[in-house]
Amino acid sequence: MRKFKSFLGNLGLLAMLAIVLVIWVQLTPLLVGALALLLLLWLVLTRRGRQTLSVTGVGISTLGQRIGASSVIVIGIAGVVGVLVAVLAMGDGFAATLQQTGSNDTAIVLRGGSSAELNSVLERDNISVIEQAPGVARGSKGEPVASAELSVVVNLPKKSDPSVDANVQIRGVGEEAWALRPNVRILQGRRFTPGLRELVVGQGAQHQFAGLEVGKQLRLAGQQWAVVGTFASGDSHDSELWGDMQTVAAAYRRGASAQSVTVRLVSPQAFDTFKAALVSDPRLKVDVSTTREYFSKQSENLTKVIRIVGITVGTIMAIGAIFGALNTMFAAVSTRAREIATLRAIGFRGVPVVVSVLLETMLLALIGGALGGLITWLIFNGYTASTLGSSFSQVVFQFKVSPQLLWTGIQWAMAIGFVGGVFPAVRAARLPVTTALREL
Amino acid sequence: MKYLHLIWAALFRRKTRTMLTLVSIVTAFLLFGMLDAVRTAFDSGSKSLVGVDRLITSSRYSIIQSLPQALQSRISGIAGVRDVAYANWFGGIYQDPKNFVFSYAVSPNYLDVYPEIHLAPEQRKAFDSSRTGVVIGPTLAQKYGWKVGDKIPLQSTIFPQKNGDKTWAFDIVGIYSVDDDAANGMDQLFLLHWKYFDEASLYTRHEMGWYIDRLQDASQGDRVSKAIDALSENSDHETKTQTEQAFNASFAKQLGDIGLIVSAIMGAVFFTLILLTANTMTQAVRERTSELAVLKTIGFSSNSVLAMVLAESVMLLVLGGVIGLSLAALLAPIVSKGSGGMLNLPTVGGASWAMGVGLMVIIGLVVGALPAIRAMRLNIVDALAGR
Repeated sequence: MRKFKSFLGNLGLLAMLAIVLVIWVQLTPLLVGALALLLLLWLVLTRRGRQTLSVTGVGISTLGQRIGASSVIVIGIAGVVGVLVAVLAMGDGFAATLQQTGSNDTAIVLRGGSSAELNSVLERDNISVIEQAPGVARGSKGEPVASAELSVVVNLPKKSDPSVDANVQIRGVGEEAWALRPNVRILQGRRFTPGLRELVVGQGAQHQFAGLEVGKQLRLAGQQWAVVGTFASGDSHDSELWGDMQTVAAAYRRGASAQSVTVRLVSPQAFDTFKAALVSDPRLKVDVSTTREYFSKQSENLTKVIRIVGITVGTIMAIGAIFGALNTMFAAVSTRAREIATLRAIGFRGVPVVVSVLLETMLLALIGGALGGLITWLIFNGYTASTLGSSFSQVVFQFKVSPQLLWTGIQWAMAIGFVGGVFPAVRAARLPVTTALREL
Repeated sequence: MKYLHLIWAALFRRKTRTMLTLVSIVTAFLLFGMLDAVRTAFDSGSKSLVGVDRLITSSRYSIIQSLPQALQSRISGIAGVRDVAYANWFGGIYQDPKNFVFSYAVSPNYLDVYPEIHLAPEQRKAFDSSRTGVVIGPTLAQKYGWKVGDKIPLQSTIFPQKNGDKTWAFDIVGIYSVDDDAANGMDQLFLLHWKYFDEASLYTRHEMGWYIDRLQDASQGDRVSKAIDALSENSDHETKTQTEQAFNASFAKQLGDIGLIVSAIMGAVFFTLILLTANTMTQAVRERTSELAVLKTIGFSSNSVLAMVLAESVMLLVLGGVIGLSLAALLAPIVSKGSGGMLNLPTVGGASWAMGVGLMVIIGLVVGALPAIRAMRLNIVDALAGR
């Protein structure tokens, strides 16, 4: 009967644990702050609270003697949080790079059914129709602000490992490209001259791939091209090389066709008019989207994969860390068994004991989480990497350890600490006083 | 060996602690097994001997540039080349963009240069004599439940037909099987006739994405690849010829340094694991101080006490590690299935097992070292007196 009761008790404990964890993941920092304040008030103002505080004080002051065991919790959780935050920062950085690309007041037109520029072809007569469509903004001389663009992929060696031929995207752009993307600034050198075999390179590409310094010559499609400038855009165009559309088309024998047309709209609201005009035009079979929508979509798949990998690895590591924490805290409770039993013998109730063990574990977990987050932030924030994007070319991006990610890390750390602390805490409170006092 | 039961008893002296430590070890090695499988999946075939006699010729400047048909006969003319096949990327998806199908438009002799692909003779005949016929890999067939005789509409993400329609209809005429040591992904190809593709496609004209050159003698690879590249030097379609393995590896390498990421994660995991088990072992030995002293009193030498403590920690690691790796071996196929073909994890292979067991023993020795030395140096009198 007693066994059955304790079994029921454990079952209840597990159910409570699940509920607490579910609530915990939903909490915002603000709510957690409020909860912490409530806890603090309880600790200071009530009798039970003050008892808890003193028991916790004893526990924490003896931490120094258990430094090896306690560091298992801290370092174990730091490892989990570090790996989790680093992997998620990679995904976020990649997504951010592509999501920053494009805006709501520029639109990109591709051949119908093309998922990316690489698969699309638009003929010359189609391009004129698109450029003259309603909703397209006009420049000072009345010409449409539109750029028909060509995107080809070339092999360039990576700086980090020259044996790897990376696919790098060359974008052949029209004269209006600079007006379409006002965020593109020339850092060094000058813009390319239309008609000449000249390229300007994005700063990300220059950083990752060899032979792209200003003044260098590049062999593309059997011809020599000169690098005349470097540009920065702060988005995925940083991974590209830009050249004159006509010259690129001639080199790659694309004739008068282009792959995409990017236009500036009169206003973001004009998008619907623009899209409706193109879709209903019987001469065309095209897909129209705002550039923001187009580039965001490009990041979806990979970001999802990275998130799944990060969370899977994080979960498996967290399970390991929980058991490490359980081990440490059980040991801590059993070494302090006599002390706890004495406290209970002189009138301390169960709640202060449970809460104090939990507080101690959570404190260690918090230190671990903060440590893991800090290390990841120091190493990886702004770390530049590149990978194969969905247009079959390299996208250069930076890891982004954001405050939200650090908060996620802390949330995981606290959850691990809670699960790892709750069982030992309950064991401490349930220990029969008489047996514990007799125990050596 | 005769002390086995003694070590075992010591290990399970404190059941809760040993179990908790074991679970941590199991998860660490589970992770090791899975991540190692990911790593091997990405550098697939680099150690396999299959396909060492094949070179891949592709455009030197870019994978999206195609090569002229005339190159086939010129490559065949080079001494040491046994067979030249060609293929073009089709980029097929089935019903939904998520269902990506590795589909190539291939030359009639494509299957001949891949001896690891086995197709029943009558199915091969059916393939050769059909226009819209395709042969598919066993994994692909299983994934969508396709059978010989099925008509499959496949959308190309790149090539529309002459009438502008991007959905192509194919008839499955054969399902091949592959040898176990074939390169990763060979079991899920969708092979269609290049001729049909070339005739019906709107844009391409007698173009191939890459050539597969089968050599008479694998050791001639360097010379032949130089000779092939020399054919098109200074033309508008310069080529780059490399071994099939290098060609495959170049794609994985472009994704990023998977090996580095995996090792970084494993480093973090094992560092934590060492700390955790070292802590357990220290506790275990400290608790048993008096027992160890008794052992020494009744005549166990210091060295055998040292060996017993070391054996205990190695046993702990091996026990947990073997369970963890076995779990990983069980889970890998499930994950592959769950990812819908996106990630094709091989099950934990011999090399992974060897490395895993090596790690178990090393970590076991490392974490056991300090407590074992302490046990060895125990002074009987002090220990028995509890000093």
